[in-house]
This record gives sequence, structure tokens and C-alpha cells, in this order.
Amino acid sequence: MRELSPEERIKNFSSVPLGYTEAEAVREAQRCLQCRGVPCEVYCPIHLRVLDMIRAIAARRFQEAFFIIQADNPLPAITGRVCPQESQCEGVCPLAQDGRGLNIGKLEAFVADWARARGLREKLQIKERPQRVAVIGSGPAGLICAYDLRRWGYQVVVFEALHKAGGVLQYGIPAFRLPTEVVDYEISYLQEIGVEFRLNFFVGQNIPFAELRRDFAAIFIGTGAGAPLFLGIEGENLKGVYSANEFLIRVNLMKAYRFLEYDTPIICGRRVGVIGAGNVAMDAARCARRLGAEEVYILYRRTRKESPARDEEIQHALEEGIIWMELVAPRRFLGDEKGWCRGVELVRMRLGEPDSSGRPRPLPIEGSEFVLELETVIEALGTTPNRLFLKQAPELAVNRWGLIQVDDNLQTNLPGVFAGGDAIRGNATVILALGDGRKAAAAIHRQLSEAER
Amino acid sequence: MKARIIERRQLCPEIYLYKIEAPHVAERFRPGQFVIIQTHEKGERIPLTVAEAQPEKGIISLVFQVVGKSTLHLSLLQKGQYLENCVGPLGNPSEIRRFGRVVCVGGGTGIACLWPILKALKAVGNEVLTIIGARTAERLILVEEIRQASSQVFITTDDGSQGEKGLVTDVLARWINSPAGASSPAIDRVIAIGPAPMMKKVAEVTRPQRIKTIVSLNTIMVDGTGMCGSCRVFLGQTMKLACIDGPEFDAHRVNFDDVISRLEMFRQKEKLALETYRRQLAAQREGLAPKELHPKRLSSD
Repeated sequence: MRELSPEERIKNFSSVPLGYTEAEAVREAQRCLQCRGVPCEVYCPIHLRVLDMIRAIAARRFQEAFFIIQADNPLPAITGRVCPQESQCEGVCPLAQDGRGLNIGKLEAFVADWARARGLREKLQIKERPQRVAVIGSGPAGLICAYDLRRWGYQVVVFEALHKAGGVLQYGIPAFRLPTEVVDYEISYLQEIGVEFRLNFFVGQNIPFAELRRDFAAIFIGTGAGAPLFLGIEGENLKGVYSANEFLIRVNLMKAYRFLEYDTPIICGRRVGVIGAGNVAMDAARCARRLGAEEVYILYRRTRKESPARDEEIQHALEEGIIWMELVAPRRFLGDEKGWCRGVELVRMRLGEPDSSGRPRPLPIEGSEFVLELETVIEALGTTPNRLFLKQAPELAVNRWGLIQVDDNLQTNLPGVFAGGDAIRGNATVILALGDGRKAAAAIHRQLSEAER
Repeated sequence: MKARIIERRQLCPEIYLYKIEAPHVAERFRPGQFVIIQTHEKGERIPLTVAEAQPEKGIISLVFQVVGKSTLHLSLLQKGQYLENCVGPLGNPSEIRRFGRVVCVGGGTGIACLWPILKALKAVGNEVLTIIGARTAERLILVEEIRQASSQVFITTDDGSQGEKGLVTDVLARWINSPAGASSPAIDRVIAIGPAPMMKKVAEVTRPQRIKTIVSLNTIMVDGTGMCGSCRVFLGQTMKLACIDGPEFDAHRVNFDDVISRLEMFRQKEKLALETYRRQLAAQREGLAPKELHPKRLSSD
């Protein structure tokens, strides 16, 4: 796949992959071995019809390819870009064994982009049903759940607290990985088929959860894990210290990188340290680079081998000049007399025995402390479910991490109330959220159609 | 959800009261809560004080002071125009019960924030003594409303143009430190809402006698629902979020120096945005710029 050069990339927020031309897509699709066992489909969390899509592309039937994929996935331009394909469809492709695995994600994005450029959308014949279903949260889990239920004819209302729908797709993932117009376009399809979106609406604050239960035949909770974790060390009060969530919300949702055209400000120093090494850390680091930071450090207490980030993300970050500093942990942030961050005191770490996560436990090497000068710190330590929503729905059973507890059908302890995505998993992926949303929609459909009989 | 402006009042040179249609907020608002608004599609999300809610009419009253680009733009919107977005009520409501004698201290737009709290406190049988202050008489807002909602009102101005010359905290200090006679029963609670330095001073005045003191913090916020952490404040070593744990906190535990420092984080950029906008407005007046700097899609409800 052709990409913007790193020199070009760090000047803007344009998409890094340039997308296939028709000829490139056909050539790529023709490499498919057409395995009988279709491992790519088996290992897809939502079992998309990958092989049929690839066959259609190889035969230059792009429209057909699009309809094949869209029938099962309302967000193909999104999943094509953000799924961790290397551990799913592409990872199990036999071609991957000699490092020439088929670029299935890129092909999916290609057909979706091809259809978007032509305004092509499947016209659904919907047989209306009277039951109303509420979906709380408009992230990936909620979107697919709403889509499936609407196709079955339910009256679906999606509640979103922010002023734009999309959840993490909108506020979390930067435009150079997932362009905003792609997200807006795919969501507009749901509106087109009759899903109602109520933005600026916080369930719990604007309507009691109990009242929502009375008003709707079923509820799906896809409230995600949107609350940032902080280290809890000295200096987090300093100006210049952000949670990755704040940094990314300012940049992605509020478009602070176009400040003055957009009103939301962001301050990004010349030297930036990102604490953590997951996908969100890579996103934040790459945003900082595009905001003009000259030195951007990934500060990680383990090593690259243990990093939870996708290889592609790390690779892109390194190409853009991000400095990888591993086996270090922050002790405290240092500030000046005016309360601005000026650096971080780090301690060197070594790896010990595996901990409960199965990864070697990082242990501090006492006496190895040193100071790295920084003006901006971004803490990318992961997130937890939204406390505000859970506080407003105390009847909902959660575990000790605040994750909503569900049974095999994704039903919570409350009959008719289902949940999925990061709200039940913690920090997971878009595709797993899609899988949950789909599974919950099917369970809701079963429950409501049984009740009808 | 767009919110139409149905009444626009200038309370003093820099402070405005807008009545807007926001039924979903009006229905659920309780004293002490706030909203977040965005004036146009590319605007900032800013938290604003709700001074009053009329659920039967689906209307809320917002009070704001012009301090930067977003509030300047808001002040230029006219009756019949729309706020692009309005979400709320956010934050926790004030604790309203019968405390006895409550002293409420207000400054700036904090006076508007106090107003519904006063009414609620008085309605449950508290004696509500209110001290409000401003630089000059001209800058005092909602004096009549506050008078009606309080048992007694004391006014201070920096220049003595109305009420007593001095600061609100001077009056508060005098009350607290005067020898308690039979005629002046103890203060059971103090609620202070205003500029951060004023609230800090109130906390210092009430601390020696350990009078329970509540402040409402006006930190920088983005989403207002606990997602960004921009509004974090420190109570001793404990981090709290003003948007979902507050906005009201025990004044004696709040680290005000952090609150004041963090409010300045984007000052430079805010100034740049304001200056740029003022230049654009000037160019517009001279016919050099497009008529609508923030074109709004016309909508008919």
C-alpha cells in the first residue's frame, strides 16, 4: 500500500495510507489462494464474507463486493482501517507465512471508499415493528447494534452525550488513521435507514435510567470506557500534563489542530513525553508530532515486545521520528514556579517474573533515577468505564473494575438490558465492540420476537 | 440539539442573561448544576451557569461574562438565533436541606449561580444571608432577584458606589470574628461562588472557626462528563473531577493555587483567538469580511 512519506505526514492530519487504485486492488485480490476453510472468515470476530468480497474485487465487480460486505457490516470503511487485521483475517492467511499476507483490511477500505465516492448505498426494505429499542452510546458497539435492530424493523433511538455521534471513532482515533468524513458518512447511513440519534443527551442526567427502561422494550448499553486513568504521582496538577483522552478529544473531536478556524485550543510543547505504549499512546505521540513537537518520546516501563500496540502503529510512529524509550517509569513530574511542566523524573526498570497479565513484571532499579526535560506530558494509561453513567444506574451489576456484568447473551442482571463493547471489556478493539453489538442485537431480537408470540 | 435564544438581556457592561429553549435541560435542572454549550459548529465547548429553569416552558436562563472569543461570539447572537449545541444539566446538584443560618457569598457571574441555590435553601426554611459584590455598582447583577431570594442582603463594591466599600470577604470576616452575642447566632454553612481568588479568600476566612464552606469550581472543561480530566482538582492528595464529582467541593480541602494556575493553561491561545476574532469583526464592519463569520444552517425548530 502506498503511503504518505513520513516527512509529508508530520505536516498535516491527512490519511497516511493512500488507498488502492482499482488496478492495485484487483491485483491484490487476485493473489488470494481461495482457501477452502476460509480462515479469514473464521477468525473475523463478525465473520464477514471475506472470500466473496475478494472474488468480486478480483473480477472487478466492485459494486457487488461492496454490497457483500455492507450487508453484514455497516462500517466497512472504518473496520478496514482500524481492525487489528494482523491478528485476525490477515494473520491466518496462508500467504502471511512468508510475509506476503493479503491486505484484506485495505481491500475492505477500498470497496467502501469506492462506494462512498459514488454515493452508493444499499436501499433496505424494512418491515416495521412497533417495539422501541434504546441504544446508549454511539460508539462502534452501539452503531452496529442499532443497525441490526433497525434492519429487523425495530424503532431504534441512539443516545449520545457528546455533540457528534461515533464515540471513540470520533473523539479517539486521529484523522490520519480514520478521516472524520469517513466516520460521518458511515454514520449517516444509519440515519438514512431510520435510526434516530439524540445527541447532547446523557442517559441518567437527562432521563432517569429507570424511566428509559419503562419507555423502551429493550436497551443496549454501549457506553464504552471513556474515563482516563491517571498515575497518581506528584506533578499531575501542572499545566502541560494531559490525559491522552483530553489531548485526543481536543485534537480529534474539537479539531484543535486547526485552531483559529476552530475555537478549541491545545498547547503542545517542543518536547513531549507520552507515558504508555498502547495504540492510544501511538496516536497521541503522532498527533503531538503533527502539532509541531520536535522531540516526542514514548516512555514505556516494559519493552517493545510487551507493547500492546499494533506493529503497524509502532512502525508508523517510528517512521515519523517518535523516540522509543523503554524500561523507564515516571516517578514525578517537575514544574517551574509558574506551574508549567518542565520535565519528568524517570527511573530505569528491569523485567522480572511474569505477572497476572502474563507479561514480565517491570521492577524499578533503585538509584537509576534521571530527569528528562519535557514541556508536555500525555498520560496514555488506559481508560475505565464512565462513572457518571454507572452512578445513575446503580441497579446495574458491575464488577470491581466497573465493567458491566453480562451473561452469554450479553444480557445484564436486568432483564431486557444488554451491554457490550468496552463497557464490559475495558480497553478492547473496535471489531470486538462490533461483535458484541451484533450479538446483543440478535439476543434482543430473539427476546422481543418471542414475547410477541 | 440546537437551542433557540428567546430573550437576551444585558445585565451589566460585560455580563448577559439569555433565556434559551432547552426543554431537556429545564426538565431536569436542579440548583448548582451547569450546562456546556457550543455557539457554532467549530466552537469550543464551554461550561455555563444556569441561573434559572422554567420546566413548564422548557426554558433555561444562562448567565455569562464576556471573557474570550466564545463568550464574545455568544454575546453577539440575537434573539431568535440558535446555540449550536447545549448539553446538560451536568454536575451534581447542591445539597439542599435545613442547615439553619447559611451565608452565601457571590461575585461576578457566581451571583447568578447562587440565585437558584438561595431560593432552594430559603424554601426549606434556612435563614439565608447573602453577600454580593462587584468592582462598581454598575457591575452588580441580579440585585433585586437576590434580594427577594434572601433573608438579608449585603452589598459591597470596590469603589463604594453601592453598599459598603470593600470586598465581600471583609463583611464575611467581620461577621465571623465579631463576638457572638445573643443576637448573632453562629453561621452553620457558607456557600461561596465567584472568581477563584474570591473563593480562596472565603475559605481562608472561614477556616479558623471550621465553618463548613462550599465552593463551586469553574474549571476548564471539554466534555463535562468525566472523559477528559481537564477539570481535575486536588483535595489534599485526592484528585477529583469538577464535572462529575463537583462542581461543589469542601472549600477547606480544595487546593486553590492549583485551580487558579490551571485556569491559565490556555490563556495565551485564548487571547490570540479573541484578538483574531475582534479583527475579523472590525473587518466585517468595514465590509471587508463575509457577513456571517460563523454561518449557521437555518433551521425552523
